Amino acid sequence: MQITSHGLWAMIHGLGFGGLYLLAFSGALVELYRSTAPAVAYPPSPARGRFLNVYLILMVVLAWLAVVSGAYIVYPWYRTAAPPGTIDLSLYPQRLLMANPTTSGWHSLGMEWKEHVAWLAPISITMVAFVFIRYGNELRNHVQLRRAVLGFAWVAFLAAALAGFLGAVIDKQAPVKGGATIQLTQGGER
Amino acid sequence: MNTASDSPTTTANLPNGSGAAAILAAGMGAFVLAALAVAGDKWIHLKPALSFYKPTGPLSGVTTIAIVVWLGTWAVLEWRWRHKTVAMARINAIAFVLLLLSILLTFPPIADLL
Repeated sequence: MQITSHGLWAMIHGLGFGGLYLLAFSGALVELYRSTAPAVAYPPSPARGRFLNVYLILMVVLAWLAVVSGAYIVYPWYRTAAPPGTIDLSLYPQRLLMANPTTSGWHSLGMEWKEHVAWLAPISITMVAFVFIRYGNELRNHVQLRRAVLGFAWVAFLAAALAGFLGAVIDKQAPVKGGATIQLTQGGER
Repeated sequence: MNTASDSPTTTANLPNGSGAAAILAAGMGAFVLAALAVAGDKWIHLKPALSFYKPTGPLSGVTTIAIVVWLGTWAVLEWRWRHKTVAMARINAIAFVLLLLSILLTFPPIADLL
């Protein structure tokens, strides 16, 4: 069983940073609603507040790691230009997608959208985390602030979900490959 | 834009200025990112200038400039508003319009119409 170093980085970017960020979101949204709802009689304990602060900071870190690793590690491999005359385009995902009219839309619409919309997630979740940490339980008294925090939190989720979905489909059509081969296990004869 | 006053809020101890600064700056950062992405796509001369890191291409410049504008705006607004109570409904409306525009502008079929 083996994997290429480029493929491994694509997994770390998408399944690692991006996947963990999206997994964390359901919990974050529920807690953001619960702990800032004006109708709650008893505010969350300081310990629970601190836990949510750390949770949101980890989400911010994951969001930034996902976009930075995507833009500066994986994306350059995706968009590498194929040398003139190259027939096998499997090492040049963007060229491979664009070479076929049935897949070119995955680049011209899918990747073009993904590469920009993904950045709305870290910007939004950074703001959400900052405001939540700054105001804590008091956010329930600031109706407009709370509304903006929850709205941007939804955008941070949807932008990342969209980017993740497009990334997964694009990688299925034209996976990022190449680099050193990493041997994970020795396959046995069956 | 006259949105700030020095009067303390009556519903909460912390004034909303600091949160408003973060919200408006996030909306502006998102919009600048989308607007630069469209500009880089439309004006061919801009593409090389936006390629701060060649392997990543114009995306590197688009995102770097957007982050600098976002953090710069945030720092200035935070400095000006942190002790103030501002007209939050208007700030929210502006921030959400900027965010909506940024989502629309990053969608290639809409950007192609411009």
